[in-house]
Amino acid sequence: MTDTSPHSQNSPLLEVRNLSTSFRTERGVVHAVDDVSFVLERGQTLGVVGESGSGKTVLSRSVMGLLPDRNVIREGQVLYEGTNVIGYNEKQMSHVWGAEMAMIFQDPMTSLNPVMKIGKQITESLRHHLGVDKEEAKATATALLRQVGIPEPERRLNEYPHQLSGGMRQRVTIAIALACGPKILFADEPTTALDVTVQAQILDLLDDLQRDRHMAMILVSHDLGVVASRTDEIMVMYGGKVVEQAATSDLFRSMKMPYTEALLRSIPRIEHPSHTRLEAIPGRPPNLLSPPKGCNFAPRCRYVQEKCLNEEPPLESASGHAWRCWYPVGSEGNREALARNTAAGVPVGVPAPGAMSSAGSN
Amino acid sequence: MAGSGTAHLRDASASLLRAENIVVEFPIGSTGLKVHAVSDVSLDLLPGETLGLVGESGSGKSTTGRALMQMPSPTSGSVLLEKHDLTKLSGSELREIRPQMQMIFQDPISSLNPRRKVTDIVAEPLRIWKRGTSAEQAALVDKTLESVGIDPEGARSRRPSEFSGGQCQRICIARSLMLEPKLLICDEPVSALDVSVQAQILNLLQDMKERYGLTMLFIAHDLAVVKNVSDRVAVMYLGKLCEVGNPDRLYASPAHPYTKTLLDSIPPPDPDAPKGDFAGLSGEIPSPVAPPSGCRFRTRCPNAKELCAQVEPVMTEVGEDHFVACHFPLEGTAVSL
Repeated sequence: MTDTSPHSQNSPLLEVRNLSTSFRTERGVVHAVDDVSFVLERGQTLGVVGESGSGKTVLSRSVMGLLPDRNVIREGQVLYEGTNVIGYNEKQMSHVWGAEMAMIFQDPMTSLNPVMKIGKQITESLRHHLGVDKEEAKATATALLRQVGIPEPERRLNEYPHQLSGGMRQRVTIAIALACGPKILFADEPTTALDVTVQAQILDLLDDLQRDRHMAMILVSHDLGVVASRTDEIMVMYGGKVVEQAATSDLFRSMKMPYTEALLRSIPRIEHPSHTRLEAIPGRPPNLLSPPKGCNFAPRCRYVQEKCLNEEPPLESASGHAWRCWYPVGSEGNREALARNTAAGVPVGVPAPGAMSSAGSN
Repeated sequence: MAGSGTAHLRDASASLLRAENIVVEFPIGSTGLKVHAVSDVSLDLLPGETLGLVGESGSGKSTTGRALMQMPSPTSGSVLLEKHDLTKLSGSELREIRPQMQMIFQDPISSLNPRRKVTDIVAEPLRIWKRGTSAEQAALVDKTLESVGIDPEGARSRRPSEFSGGQCQRICIARSLMLEPKLLICDEPVSALDVSVQAQILNLLQDMKERYGLTMLFIAHDLAVVKNVSDRVAVMYLGKLCEVGNPDRLYASPAHPYTKTLLDSIPPPDPDAPKGDFAGLSGEIPSPVAPPSGCRFRTRCPNAKELCAQVEPVMTEVGEDHFVACHFPLEGTAVSL
């Protein structure tokens, strides 16, 4: 970046403060990302987990400034090495993209230009950002392709994307993203379009590259399995809000948010016997045009109480673990809530009648 | 013949569907080359059974499902639905038998006509076959929608775009059940859905199977999903079957190196899970235009020997309801779960 602030060495690599992103649509304003804050240190990996519509993709695009200006409202701060990059215009951002932050997308076919040779697609950013000459750019591109595990890199430089398999294409997009040595890599569902054996290869590759380059990574995925072993910290998103945030081992050891718990329970597990009945989450994610009044997840929650339908829970935190729930899993209030709902025989998402005497205690 | 043989087939008289030695080849232009999409696959389904067909993209699992439906008909081989060999039927005979076999696809939204109302979409099979009066048809539509968890009152006159992916898949399921099929072929029915919705649909399919006495072929790439729904699992690689068996046994002790690799590749949703000495699978799936000689998995198999290049392994029994096509099947290599 050109105008690095003087205290950049002491600030975290990336700090996002109260970032909100909304879209103006014909049917109203959609709050796709609502008041999200996090810190990403050098070399760390943050996992962002959520279903479609949870805002995880908009979050990463918003941080990178990849959203159009028209009908998009971005509020809050995105501090990259201490400098707020919100409000940067496209020209200013072009110094950040590729050189400081880079992104790989879910579908490697659509993120590559089908009518441009692979070599050209890699050297483009090298020539733009680092101003290297043609020969040097080509040599770097060859080295990059070798590094991401593409056999015969010299030959591949002259090929087009359609001549490669899905896994190989994703390796090419990774090579492009890494070309200028970014400090942060946004990986938005990098393996969702790939087969499971290829997924393992790509995740291992990202691991190795990250370690070699001491690069920070934001790994966006809907798959708890993918993030579990690959991240230092996890942020769970639901309906545009962060509903739980904790160190990865902490999150899996003691989940606080009923949504996270329900999500993990609804996944078919390979170690369970065949025909195990799945604990499905009833209903569907909230409509962000008219979100529910109280907790977003309340209409699908088995612990729901009257309070949840009326008051929105704040993001509470204790020793680095944050959650957004009045009756967090594992608390006394949560056990009481479930007991009340079970005793009343109400379906999931409907609170037991009668007000609960005490507010949820942690 | 890697993954060939019929040792895993059961008594022909007991099965609802029995496909023997199916081959599907697609010519490439006028080059004289062929894509060997499915090469000598045999499968059978007992009434009320769910067979899970699992494999990566390019393994030929969808082509196999379509070959059973005769769309298109396999290049060679036979597909017996009860007593009828579907590959030998004429167009009109096949049409008569088609209501007994229905299919659900991966993308529920694109498999519904966006311009039509839900009630018309779901009632269409009845209208085509002129089953019942329109009042009876409407009643059956309502009943079926209700059973798949869609409120008929609210849904009837709405169009697919007003529903979420999960709801559209429910509508697709309702439509496929209208003619009371015997066989339901589900091609990746949950892979386009969110995890929280996926479980709803899997549970629904299980309920519908019991309620309508369905026999299902469940095609998917997700091993955990396949294990959950299946009574029997078949693993495919590059147009051949590798391993067939009872899901619990097959997952606990895979006998084919490919099955083991697949199982080891799944990241468990648990940060403390032991990583083990899993080395991953090197290379890529070879081209189906010129598949490897002998065993088709040998180019990527850690245990491949000379024999594997020369002789194609045949399905052999390695345990109770557990068959593998491998010269050197793994023994007692329980996967760490």
